[in-house]
Amino acid sequence: MLNIKNLQVGLEEEEKQILKGVDLNIGEGEVHAIMGPNGSGKSTTSYVLAGKDGYEVTGGSATLNGEELLDMEPEERAAAGLFLAFQYPVEIPGVGNMTFLRTAVNAQRKARGEEELSAGEFLKEVRAKAKSLKIDADMLKRPVNVGFSGGEKKRNEILQMAMLEPKMCVLDETDSGLDVDAMKLVAEGVNALRDGKRSFLVITHYQRLLDHIKPDVVHIMADGKIVKTGGPELALEVENNGYADILAEVA
Amino acid sequence: MTDMIAKDGVEEETVEAVKSLSGEYKYGFSTDVEMEYAPLGLTEDIVRLISEKNEEPEWMLEWRLQAFERWKQMEEPDWAMVDYPKIDFQDIYYYARPASMAEEKPKSLDDVDPKLLETYAKLGIPLKEQALLAGVEAPEGERKVAVDAVFDSVSVGTTFQDELKKAGVIFMSISEALKEHPDLVKKYIGTVVPQSDNFYATLNSAVFSDGSFVYIPEGVKCPMELSTYFRINAENTGQFERTLIIAEKGSYVSYLEGCTAPQRDVAQLHAAVVELVIQEDAEIKYSTVQNWFPGDAEGKGGIYNFVTKRADCRGDRAKVMWTQVETGSAVTWKYPSCILRGDDSQGEFYSIAIANNFQQADTGTKMIHLGKNTKSRIVSKGISAGKAQNTYRGLVSMHPKAANARNYTQCDSLLIGDKCGAHTVPYIEVKNNTARVEHEATTSKVDDDQLFYCRSRGMDEEEAVALVVNGFCKEVLQALPMEFAMEAQALVAISLEGSVG
Repeated sequence: MLNIKNLQVGLEEEEKQILKGVDLNIGEGEVHAIMGPNGSGKSTTSYVLAGKDGYEVTGGSATLNGEELLDMEPEERAAAGLFLAFQYPVEIPGVGNMTFLRTAVNAQRKARGEEELSAGEFLKEVRAKAKSLKIDADMLKRPVNVGFSGGEKKRNEILQMAMLEPKMCVLDETDSGLDVDAMKLVAEGVNALRDGKRSFLVITHYQRLLDHIKPDVVHIMADGKIVKTGGPELALEVENNGYADILAEVA
Repeated sequence: MTDMIAKDGVEEETVEAVKSLSGEYKYGFSTDVEMEYAPLGLTEDIVRLISEKNEEPEWMLEWRLQAFERWKQMEEPDWAMVDYPKIDFQDIYYYARPASMAEEKPKSLDDVDPKLLETYAKLGIPLKEQALLAGVEAPEGERKVAVDAVFDSVSVGTTFQDELKKAGVIFMSISEALKEHPDLVKKYIGTVVPQSDNFYATLNSAVFSDGSFVYIPEGVKCPMELSTYFRINAENTGQFERTLIIAEKGSYVSYLEGCTAPQRDVAQLHAAVVELVIQEDAEIKYSTVQNWFPGDAEGKGGIYNFVTKRADCRGDRAKVMWTQVETGSAVTWKYPSCILRGDDSQGEFYSIAIANNFQQADTGTKMIHLGKNTKSRIVSKGISAGKAQNTYRGLVSMHPKAANARNYTQCDSLLIGDKCGAHTVPYIEVKNNTARVEHEATTSKVDDDQLFYCRSRGMDEEEAVALVVNGFCKEVLQALPMEFAMEAQALVAISLEGSVG
């Protein structure tokens, strides 16, 4: 599904290398987690995959089902099936959440040469999906993320994910700022989308999210590289001993 | 259910409209019809000629000549934050009409030159009675809009005349009104915007050639939306239209105004006057979607739009609402105003002004509170892109007798790119201590993070800008009648194409 080879990325504005050769292969239906200390390059990986400005790719590649993502505009990546759940979802005043969703869904359908959803079909679908994430009608009407609590923002990201039905989901610190109940709700939303075909990359600082979204593979990232890869037990090791031991061990 | 979608502000139609249009000024074509011009320049003879062409009563000619005499003594105002080459008022044609309209005016729309009708069809304006405005399907079945179409200096036809007549509503071109209802015109013309009001209004008083006239009798709720479409076609020609709307006691009317012009290298002048008279308990909603040619991307050509619009709330509890979406014109100089004379009268002003490339807009409103408990509300959204300059200029004046008068002003500016400017110039005069004035102003930029967020969900850059800007304008778009709101959203999107990146 997603194949990252020797990905090297610096900042556009200053001479600073952030990713120093990341390799990652995520197969169909797999759930991978990337853990790592602050500043290790976790979020940069997600931004570069989604196509955010401000980064310069100096080497390597990232393909989604064989297609080179790094040559595409952000919207083309989305249409190709990539979705990034933001760590800090952006507020768009005056634009109803529902309008935003519908515009996005139809933009992608159009880009893929599919029929647009009618207002009725769209409403039916969004209502059903919102319900399972405990998103009420009011939240659908309010402007995108404006005045949303931390939990509401993250649930809204998952609703977008559910509506857009991507092939490859990247979740950037989706657990940050959430209490346990909110985290459970978000994790249930994500688990509901696991269908054996859709793949996930869960980026997190803490192990606790991985109690709820069980990964197949866990990677540890440090200083711009994947330094260790293992099963779910690796996350527990981090939880118990911190990053220091692992880093010392691979150094 | 569908209600929820309609209220969301930005519809998918916006996005479709953006996609389907090339991004060029789509109204920029010109119509090849034989035109009849008055001689170039402005003299007393031209004023007489215009009056004669319209077969006006003697008093009208006198009034025009009086205005012309005054105008000669006046100087062009220079206080607005706009910069344009000096206009040579002797290098403009003050009257142009399609030759087919010359001798015998067509008796019905069926007699109108098909080329003219084609022009309006191309613009998406339904002159045929069953058609609906701008090709947008009305949500509640058969919603009707009566249209008066003004082509250069003359009105080419007004629809739904008979149906309006049954309701007692008079809706016709002002030149016709001068023939059929001269007393009404005489009674009200110049009473809201006096002949000597300002340089452009005085010029208009001398040379106005046509425009719309609306009279709503006491207690009548106008059975349909009324609208006028102004089209400048002839080259080098000024358009000077005059609109007069009178709403008698307890009456109601919603009036829409749309404007377009062909794409030409040389700037053209448009100086209109609009007067609204609102009696006790009456209400007028006046909406404008102005899309005159803004000049090309290098700043060549375009319309100079110098307009005086004023509403006089003469009776108690009279209400007026101005809503404007100004996306066109090279230079805009326009301040639709409300004189709140009657006690408890209300004035509202909702405005979206977009300036892209080299456009300049200096626009706002004046709220003159004279009566007790008068209320006004101003919501202005200015959007600047490219190298454009956008100024909000507004006056709120609370007179000594305007006890408990209230004003709320909200003035937001949005910048796209780093070569444009937004300016806010509020004037506030309060002469009594029970009045309350609130003013809020913000300036923001279209945020890269917002655009990236939208794009990462699959929208392309222009869809993303359109979405964010339409969100910014939401409060004003909501104030427009449904049919116009759609058109306005599409316009917002189109006029900002190419502004990012």
